[in-house]
Amino acid sequence: MIESFNKNIKGILINEKNPEEMIKSFKNNIKGILIEGLTLSSAIIIIAIVVVMFTVIFIGGKDQITWEFLTSFPEDGMTKGGIFPAIYGTALLVILMSIAAVPFGTITAIYLTEYAKESSIIAKTIRFAVRTLAVIPSIIYGLFGLGFFIKFVGTQMDNAFLGGELKWGQPNILWASLTMSLLTLPVVIVSVEEALKTVPKELRAASLALGATKWQTIWKVVIPGSISGIMTGTILAVSRGAGEVAPILFTGVAYYVATLPASLSDQFMVLGYHIYVMTTQSANVDQTMPIQFGTTLVLLMLTFILNFSAIILRYRIRKKKID
Amino acid sequence: MTKKPKKAKSNRSDTGLIDITQKKFRWSDYLAEKIIKGVAFLSIAIIVLIFFFVFRESLPIFDSAKPLEVTQTIGDSSVQETYGEVTDQPVAEDVQETYGEVTDQPVAEDVQETYGEVTDSSTITSSADSSYTVSAGSGFDDNRTALKSLNGKKWYPVSEKPRFGLWPLIIGTFKITIISILFAAPLAIMAALYTASFAGRRLKEIIKPTIEMLAGFPSVVIGFFALMILASFLQDIFHYETRLNSFVGGIAMGIAAIPIIFTITEDALTAVPKTFYEASLALGASKWQTAFFVILPAATPGIFAAVLLGIGRVFGETMIALMATGNAAQMGLNPFESVRTLAATIGAEMAEVVFGDTHYNVLFLIGSLLFIFTFVINAIAEFYVKGKLMKRIQGK
Repeated sequence: MIESFNKNIKGILINEKNPEEMIKSFKNNIKGILIEGLTLSSAIIIIAIVVVMFTVIFIGGKDQITWEFLTSFPEDGMTKGGIFPAIYGTALLVILMSIAAVPFGTITAIYLTEYAKESSIIAKTIRFAVRTLAVIPSIIYGLFGLGFFIKFVGTQMDNAFLGGELKWGQPNILWASLTMSLLTLPVVIVSVEEALKTVPKELRAASLALGATKWQTIWKVVIPGSISGIMTGTILAVSRGAGEVAPILFTGVAYYVATLPASLSDQFMVLGYHIYVMTTQSANVDQTMPIQFGTTLVLLMLTFILNFSAIILRYRIRKKKID
Repeated sequence: MTKKPKKAKSNRSDTGLIDITQKKFRWSDYLAEKIIKGVAFLSIAIIVLIFFFVFRESLPIFDSAKPLEVTQTIGDSSVQETYGEVTDQPVAEDVQETYGEVTDQPVAEDVQETYGEVTDSSTITSSADSSYTVSAGSGFDDNRTALKSLNGKKWYPVSEKPRFGLWPLIIGTFKITIISILFAAPLAIMAALYTASFAGRRLKEIIKPTIEMLAGFPSVVIGFFALMILASFLQDIFHYETRLNSFVGGIAMGIAAIPIIFTITEDALTAVPKTFYEASLALGASKWQTAFFVILPAATPGIFAAVLLGIGRVFGETMIALMATGNAAQMGLNPFESVRTLAATIGAEMAEVVFGDTHYNVLFLIGSLLFIFTFVINAIAEFYVKGKLMKRIQGK
């Protein structure tokens, strides 16, 4: 950076014999400095935004985070106490979500890299569908969860097994996790695909040459070779799922539940929704301010740690590919 | 799978030798392939299902012949109050009202009932819960009015005579989208240009992961930041009246869109063949001239795609819109007014609405609009832009 600035400045100072040339090169170098400076400052502004956001939330919430805050229930209309049920609900949500999303995502990625031909219409359509899934607004998933899982599947289940008694036809943690797993499916697919591509062709060829079938090769050679990629995908999906609120707004989240969710048909609390309700719907916003910052910091740290480990894992995979 | 054995057989009959490439047919292999293929089709199925189910719930709106069961929604007053009242607008299009034979609404009792049921339960759940316990009450034909009012300028879903004018929401959404893209796109594109063309390796290793971290910020955290800090900060600078408005919301959503635009632009810039770069330098251009006049133009279709996907992200963003835009459905073009976006409307009102209600159907209709919009944007980014990019880089 500094070197190239120096070069530009040198370019200005060097005396050229032709004065016209000199002026031209002077102008060019000024432009160069301007453009490089402008682009650099954009990058700096973005980094500054990230740093400021993190610092502000960290300073606002760091005193709030104690062992008690993390492990106790909310009290006095959320103005006191901790956020344990929200942490527990978030954890349960992402675990159930991963159970659904990771196997399906991994299998789809295996199909795309191992079975489908790159140019076939089926593979192209699936890829397009995956990318579309990634850009559909999260609130649409919420609507879908409500219309499909709760109103359609849930009501059918109630009619079939419970004789119309309302159990599954209402928001609960199962539907919320399934809705969330649809949202995180593309995240898993993309990272697993990337990892599968790093497994060298020679390994596959060697396995096939030794007489293994295609499935045996995939199961014994390709999947073990890309396990870190599957982990990256899972971590990224978990971090996404932990932070999203819109898909679960009407599929199972609750502002306050007195007990921890014990069965799949219970409602639950989530960190993100807790923040949202406390900041916008609560009657005493000022009173709960420290708790809001504390909850936000907990959520941010959670996603931060998850993302950080995913980034490190991914860089390791990419390095492996280069080597 | 099916072709290989055939070929092998013919080999054997021709030469009399056993072809070692012939493999035994295995059920496990066959099954695995079929299952994997089946699962892979799931993503396509999900898209179709999403479209089908979201659209299905909005259909009753268009079915004006069929009388719909409608109940007054609960908690209407709270919605109206919390989000700051709309400044009175001239009652220009009372045309809608003439259509409605909706003179009286006998629905007050239902409201009472729901409150009772909610307090019964030991848990104070989100208000979403309460709406499911209510079944629709008295029926009167009002979706004809609802359908007519969709084109209106007023979004009063829970008033005595509900009106579902979508224009304030659409204008609000576009206003926010424009503001956030004007903020995010130049920043992200220039930062990507710097990372791709000027930055040294070490600087690259700081910039890229940091922006990846920004992508990992949950939108509710960005919304919280906008609501708590950014709103007051910007108000101190620009001295506008309403603290939460489309400007604050737009900037906050821009922050959420930056990582998307940055990543795709950076990919597009690095995908430009090295030969372009070398040729330009060989012709005597300097580094910045190459970056600005060769690499950047070559990557424009990719950058266009990046901006499109950024627009898609902002368009459907819910949590930031709910928290930082003020949520008042207004028509004005002033960026410092509160607005209500399409996605935020769904997020805020779906919890208070009654199953099967016209309002419920309208919210699903908004959902279908959002879905179609993002689908089209993604399709454009995918096919049109990619084709163009390939052509340009291959020099056809």
